[in-house]
Amino acid sequence: MINLYEVTETNDMIEKENLDVRTITLGISLLDCIDSDLQKLNQKIYDKIHQAAKDLVKTGEEISREFGIPIVNKRISVTPIALVGGAACKTVEDFASIAKTLDKVAHEVGVNFIGGYSALVCKGMTPADELLIRSIPLALSTTERVCSSVNLGSTKTGINMDAVKLMGEIIRETAEYTREDDSLGCAKLVVFCNAPDDNPFMAGAFHGVTEADKIINVGVSGPGVVKTALEKVRGESFEILCETIKKTAFKVTRVGQLVAKEASARLEVPFGIVDLSLAPTPAIGDSVADILCEIGLEHAGAPGTTAALALLNDQVKKGGVMASSYVGGLSGAFIPVSEDQGMIDAVRAGALTLEKLEAMTCVCSVGLDMIAIPGDTKATTISGIIADEMAIGMVNQKTTAVRVIPVIGKGVGETVEFGGLLGYAPIMPVNGFSCDAFVNRGGRIPAPIHSFKN
Amino acid sequence: MKKTIITVVGKDTVGIIAKVCTYLAENGINILDISQTIVQGYFNMMMIVDTNSCNKQFGDVADELKALGEQIGVIIKCQKEEIFDSMHRI
Repeated sequence: MINLYEVTETNDMIEKENLDVRTITLGISLLDCIDSDLQKLNQKIYDKIHQAAKDLVKTGEEISREFGIPIVNKRISVTPIALVGGAACKTVEDFASIAKTLDKVAHEVGVNFIGGYSALVCKGMTPADELLIRSIPLALSTTERVCSSVNLGSTKTGINMDAVKLMGEIIRETAEYTREDDSLGCAKLVVFCNAPDDNPFMAGAFHGVTEADKIINVGVSGPGVVKTALEKVRGESFEILCETIKKTAFKVTRVGQLVAKEASARLEVPFGIVDLSLAPTPAIGDSVADILCEIGLEHAGAPGTTAALALLNDQVKKGGVMASSYVGGLSGAFIPVSEDQGMIDAVRAGALTLEKLEAMTCVCSVGLDMIAIPGDTKATTISGIIADEMAIGMVNQKTTAVRVIPVIGKGVGETVEFGGLLGYAPIMPVNGFSCDAFVNRGGRIPAPIHSFKN
Repeated sequence: MKKTIITVVGKDTVGIIAKVCTYLAENGINILDISQTIVQGYFNMMMIVDTNSCNKQFGDVADELKALGEQIGVIIKCQKEEIFDSMHRI
């Protein structure tokens, strides 16, 4: 039977070390809503999401209460809207009307984000894909809870450089459209290489076309729990360090698995995956950077950071895989800057640069995340940053992403406040040398060779 | 059998167990196991209980126990056993 020590350990993780389930995300296919009449399409989308998600928040709260584990976010992901809206939308305003429908239904069912205002263009763009992409600035500036993502490349197809160029411009335009709110629109817009179909985390969540009609995906989190566990093994060898992370990740993931199964049973929606993640928040003691410091670095960004992050990421997966029956999504340690107090401190101390962050993305989950850059950064420079990150994903057969925020009217050294889970960030310098001629070439970068690995 | 874990943490005082047990008895909740320690003057108790014969909703029991805890100056939490089982048992 369960003993007092075990109960105390679990409750300490929850109360003192910020253990939580970061999100229950309900994936909903909108493929059966497709209609060539825009008004009918919007109505069908509204009805389907409302019907499927009306009990999501209530169920999440019940589970949270009964098990005593906080479930921070309840969210929805939908089929990429470029596919759903292609037949009905002839203008950017048409597409933006779907974003408004998504926003409205998100408010009504009480979820804090809805993802899937997306296009998958890793090889080429259809006219609908391009129209959706061009509508992103309008859509994100006229809605509150809609998140947008665009898949620009994959290991199998290479990188669509036309789309990379376009997204550099769209990110800048989104920043301009939301300049009154410190360019907040860009915090809800992410570009991917190798985007997963079952990611529960925003801003990149969408419900892939290979998924079932509805699915429950869960993202867990527990940087504080890992940090506290590591405090007890200071000075020990890498073997003990790794074992400790693995055991802790197992425990954290088991909670996610339990919550996912419960949510699935109560909502009568199949269980999809648990995302084995270490997702920080701006709260003190909920930081991935602090784990890196506990491993032995003065600040995140110091020499050794990439190795420390690589082992952390790997042990989290090794511990988590056994704890869950299905694993997927992004799975790994997240290194957003604005959402992690330790990362913010490292940037302020001058320890962490954009280039070091790029190196770190080679060995961990996702990529350049929630990084504020100067408002006068050129669109081609943003495209260059995106292309670099996409190349890392393409060659290493992993998901990479870019979510940068060019903060209009602000420059290096200033701070931008996004609020809530999105946190705040010091604006980081960007390499100012031009890549115009590279970005303007047009076309696509071919898929890499899958042999002769060196 | 549906099992629930009740934890009581707070400054030690006379009658904590009595008050909690009285509430449980009045609501038809059967105690299966109790362990308790005092660490540096702090009372720390865990009960494993069976709520099958209890007519109230889980959330109401949790709320009432929480309120009872506030009366006696301790924190009382009520959680389904599965969260501990899943974390600590393979």
